[in-house]
Amino acid sequence: MTEAALVDWSRAQFALTACYHWLFVPLTLGLAVIMAVMESVYVARKDEFWKRAAKFWQKIFGINFAVGIATGIILEFEFGTNWSNYSWFVGDIFGAPLAIEGILAFFMEATFVAVMFFGWDKVGRRFHLASTWLTGIGASISALWILVANGWMQHPVGMEFNPDTVRHEMVDFWAVVTNPVAVTKFFHSVLSGWMTGAVFVIGVSCWYLLRKREVRFARASIRVASIVGIVGTLAVMFTGDGSAIHVARYQPMKLAAAEGLEDGGTRAPFSIVPGLEIPGMLSILATHDIDGFVPGINDLLDGYTAPDGTAGLSAEEKKERGDIALQAFRSYRENMETDPDAAAEAKKILEENAEYFGYGYIGDRAELVPPVGMVYWPFRLMVGLGCFLLLLMVVVLWLEYRGRIEKYGWLHWTAIFSIPLVYIAGQCGWIVAEVGRQPWAIQDLLPVSAAVSSLSVGSVITTFCIFVAVFTLFLAIEIRIMLKAIRKGPMADEVQTESGN
Amino acid sequence: MEYTFLQQYWWFIVSLLGGLLVFLMFVQGANTMIFSVGRTELGRTMVVNSTGRKWEFTFTALVTFGGAFFASFPLFYSTSFGGAYWLWVLILVSFVFQAVSYEFQTRPGNILGRNTFRIFLVANGYLGPFLVGAAVASFFTGSDFIVDKGAIGDGISPVISRWGNPWHGLDALANVWNIILGLAVVFLSKILGSLYMLNNIDDGEISSRIRKGLLPLAVAFLVFFLAFLGHVLTGQGYAVASDGTVSVEPFKYWHNLVEMPAVLAIFLVGVLAVLYGIIKTIACGRYRRGIWWTGAGAVLAVLSIFLIAGYNGTAYYPSTSDLQSSLTISNSCSSFFTLKTMMYVSFIIPFVLAYIAYAWWSMDRKPVTREEMSVTEDKY
Repeated sequence: MTEAALVDWSRAQFALTACYHWLFVPLTLGLAVIMAVMESVYVARKDEFWKRAAKFWQKIFGINFAVGIATGIILEFEFGTNWSNYSWFVGDIFGAPLAIEGILAFFMEATFVAVMFFGWDKVGRRFHLASTWLTGIGASISALWILVANGWMQHPVGMEFNPDTVRHEMVDFWAVVTNPVAVTKFFHSVLSGWMTGAVFVIGVSCWYLLRKREVRFARASIRVASIVGIVGTLAVMFTGDGSAIHVARYQPMKLAAAEGLEDGGTRAPFSIVPGLEIPGMLSILATHDIDGFVPGINDLLDGYTAPDGTAGLSAEEKKERGDIALQAFRSYRENMETDPDAAAEAKKILEENAEYFGYGYIGDRAELVPPVGMVYWPFRLMVGLGCFLLLLMVVVLWLEYRGRIEKYGWLHWTAIFSIPLVYIAGQCGWIVAEVGRQPWAIQDLLPVSAAVSSLSVGSVITTFCIFVAVFTLFLAIEIRIMLKAIRKGPMADEVQTESGN
Repeated sequence: MEYTFLQQYWWFIVSLLGGLLVFLMFVQGANTMIFSVGRTELGRTMVVNSTGRKWEFTFTALVTFGGAFFASFPLFYSTSFGGAYWLWVLILVSFVFQAVSYEFQTRPGNILGRNTFRIFLVANGYLGPFLVGAAVASFFTGSDFIVDKGAIGDGISPVISRWGNPWHGLDALANVWNIILGLAVVFLSKILGSLYMLNNIDDGEISSRIRKGLLPLAVAFLVFFLAFLGHVLTGQGYAVASDGTVSVEPFKYWHNLVEMPAVLAIFLVGVLAVLYGIIKTIACGRYRRGIWWTGAGAVLAVLSIFLIAGYNGTAYYPSTSDLQSSLTISNSCSSFFTLKTMMYVSFIIPFVLAYIAYAWWSMDRKPVTREEMSVTEDKY
C-alpha cells in the first residue's frame, strides 16, 4: 500500500523545490524587463549613465539567475524521480510542454545571457541590446510552457484516456496550449514577476536614497521600476479576477477552501477575515453576477442543485463512479486479449465514468477537502499585499515625478521592508494554487497518492534534507553576495576579485 | 506517416541530444583541470572564464535531453528516474553545485571562499560525466526493474514501475561495465575540455601544459572505450520480436552494427574524427582546431551508440529482473499524435542551432587572454 508518509514527504520535497524556485524566478522575470528598458535608453541616448545602471541590475540578475537554474532543473526532474506514476499516466501531454520549454526557451536564455554578461566589448550595441531583451523573452517563454503544463494539471483538457496504453493521450495540442487556465496563469505569474522585480529595485534604490548615495541612479531606477511594477500589478489584478472565474468553474473545492465557505448559495459573501464579510461579493468575483451560485465545502461533499438547475454530484456519488471506472478498467485489461465483447463493454463503462477516474483512489471523503487554513490565509495575504504594494508604487512614482522622493525617510524604510513582502505575496499565490488543488495531482483524474514513485520513505526524507541544506546554503550565499554588491553600489569600479581566499 | 517512423525519428532526436550533451561536457572536462592547468590565479581565471561562457549550453542540453525523453519516451522517464533515484539525484546535485559556482566563486561575500566553489566545479567535472556515462551504460547492461501498466487499476497500490532492489540506482555503480563507460566518458570529456581550451584560450603556458597531458588522456580514453565497446559488441543483447516479446540474443549489438550500414558509417566517421582531432593536435604543435573534429566526432559516435541501443528491434532499457518489462522505443513512447506534434516542434531545432552558432562565433572571435582577464570587468 502507498504509505501516507511517502506521499507527504514527496509532496514536501516538491513543495520545497517549487517554493525555492519561485524565490528566484520572479526576480529574473522582473529584473529582465527593467534592465532591458534601461539598456534601451542607453542605446537610444548613448548616455553612459544608463549603461552603468543597466549593468548594475544585470549583475544582480546574474547572481540570482544561477540559483534559479539550479532549482529549476531539480524541479523538472522531480516529476520523474518522485512522481513516476504521474509521468507515465499523463506524460503524453505533460512532457511536450517541458520539451518545448527546453528547445524554445532554455537555449534562447543560455545563448543570450552569455552575450549579455560577457559581450559588452565583443558585440555591437544593438546586438547586445537584442541579447538582453531575448534573455528576458526566453525566461518568459520558459514560464509560458511550464505554466501550460501547470494549467493542465488544474484543468486537464485536450486528451483522452487510452486503457490499452494506460495513460491519457493528447488529442488536441491547441486546446492544451490555449487552455484558459494556462493563459491566465501565464500572465498572472509572469506579471507578478514584474511586481517582484519592481519592488526589489524600488527597495534597493530607496536604501541608496536613505544613505544619500547614488541619487541619480536611484531615482532613475525608481522611475523605470515603478512604471513596470504598476503595469504589472494592474495586469496581475485583472488576471487574478479571471483566475477566480476559472477556479469557480473548474476547481470549486479550491475556491470554497480559499474562502473558508462551509455552506454556499447565491449572493455568497466574501470573507475579508473571519467575522468580517462583504455580502454578495464572492458571487460577483466568482461568477460576475451578484446572484451567482457558489457552492461551499459541504455542498460539494453532499451534492447540490444550483438555482439554474445545475447539479453537483456528492462525494459519495463521485467515489462510486470512480470505483466503477477503476473496476471497468480492470475488467478491460483482463478481457482485452481473451474476450473482445466483454472488453468492449468494459471500455464503454470506463469511458462513461472516465472523468471520475481519480475518485476511485479516494478513501474517505474528507480527503477531498484541501487544508482550509493553508488556502484561506495565503489568499488573503496575497491579495492584501498586492493592494498595498500597488499603493506603494503609485505613491513612490508620484513623489518621484514631483521631485520629492528624496525627502521621505519613512517611505524609504517602507519600500525596503516591502522587498520581503512581495516575495511572501508570490509564495502565497503558489500555495493557494497548489495546496488548493489537493488531493489531486491532476484535477479529478489522479490524486497525489496514486501519482507518487515507489520509493522508501527514508530515501525521500534524505533527499529532502539534502535539498533543504543545499537550497538554503545557496539562498544565504545569494543574499550575502547581493547585499555586498548593493553596498558597493552601481557606480563603483566593478572589477573585483575576492581577496583572502 | 507511420507510427514506427515517428518513434525512430524521436529516438534519433534524443540520441542526437545525447551526442550534443557529451560534446558539451567539454565544460566538465576542462573544469577538472582548473588547478592543474591554471597554476596561477590568472591562469585559473582564464580556465573558469573560458568554460564559464559555455556552461549554460551544457546545462540546457542536459535539461532538454531530459525534457525530450519525457515528451517522447515517458515510460523511460518514469521508470528510470523514479527507479534509479539515487543515480539521477547524484547527477542533479553535482550539476546544481556547478550551476552556482561560476557566479559565486569570485563574488565578495560568497561565504565558502573562491577555492571551495572551484572544487565544486572540479567535482562536477568528474562526477557529471562519470555518472551520465554509467547511466547510459545501463542501456546495454540492463537494470533491475519491473513495469506493469495494469497496476494503475489497483486502487490501493497503483504503481506502474518498480525498482527491483532497495539501492535505487546505486546498483548501477556495482556493475563494472557501467563504471568502465563512465570512466571513458570522463576521459573523453577531459580530452574535449583540453581541445576546447587550446582553441579558446590564447596563452602559451596553458597551451603547453594541455598539450603535454593530451596523450595520456587519449590512451586512457581508448583503453576504457575499447574495453566497453568490445564487451558490448561481443556480448549478449536484448532483441525485440515483431510481437513485442523481448529475448536475449548473442552478439545482438554487433548484429545491429552490421545490419545498419548507415549507423556503422556514422560510428566509424565519428570515431575517426575523434581520433583525427586528437592526433593532429598532438602532432602539430600549433594546431588549435582539434575541438571541432573531436567534438563533431563525439556527437556522431555517441549518436550511433544510442542508435545501436534502440534501433533494429532492440530493447534500449533492458530489465534484468523481468525481460518482458524491458523498454523499447515502441512500448515506451508517446502517442502518435504527440510524437507527430512534437516532430513539428523539432523543426525549430536547426533555427536554434543557427542562432547558437552565430552567438558563439560572435563571442569567440577573440580568444580568452591574460590581457583580457586583467582588463575586463565582464568576467566571473
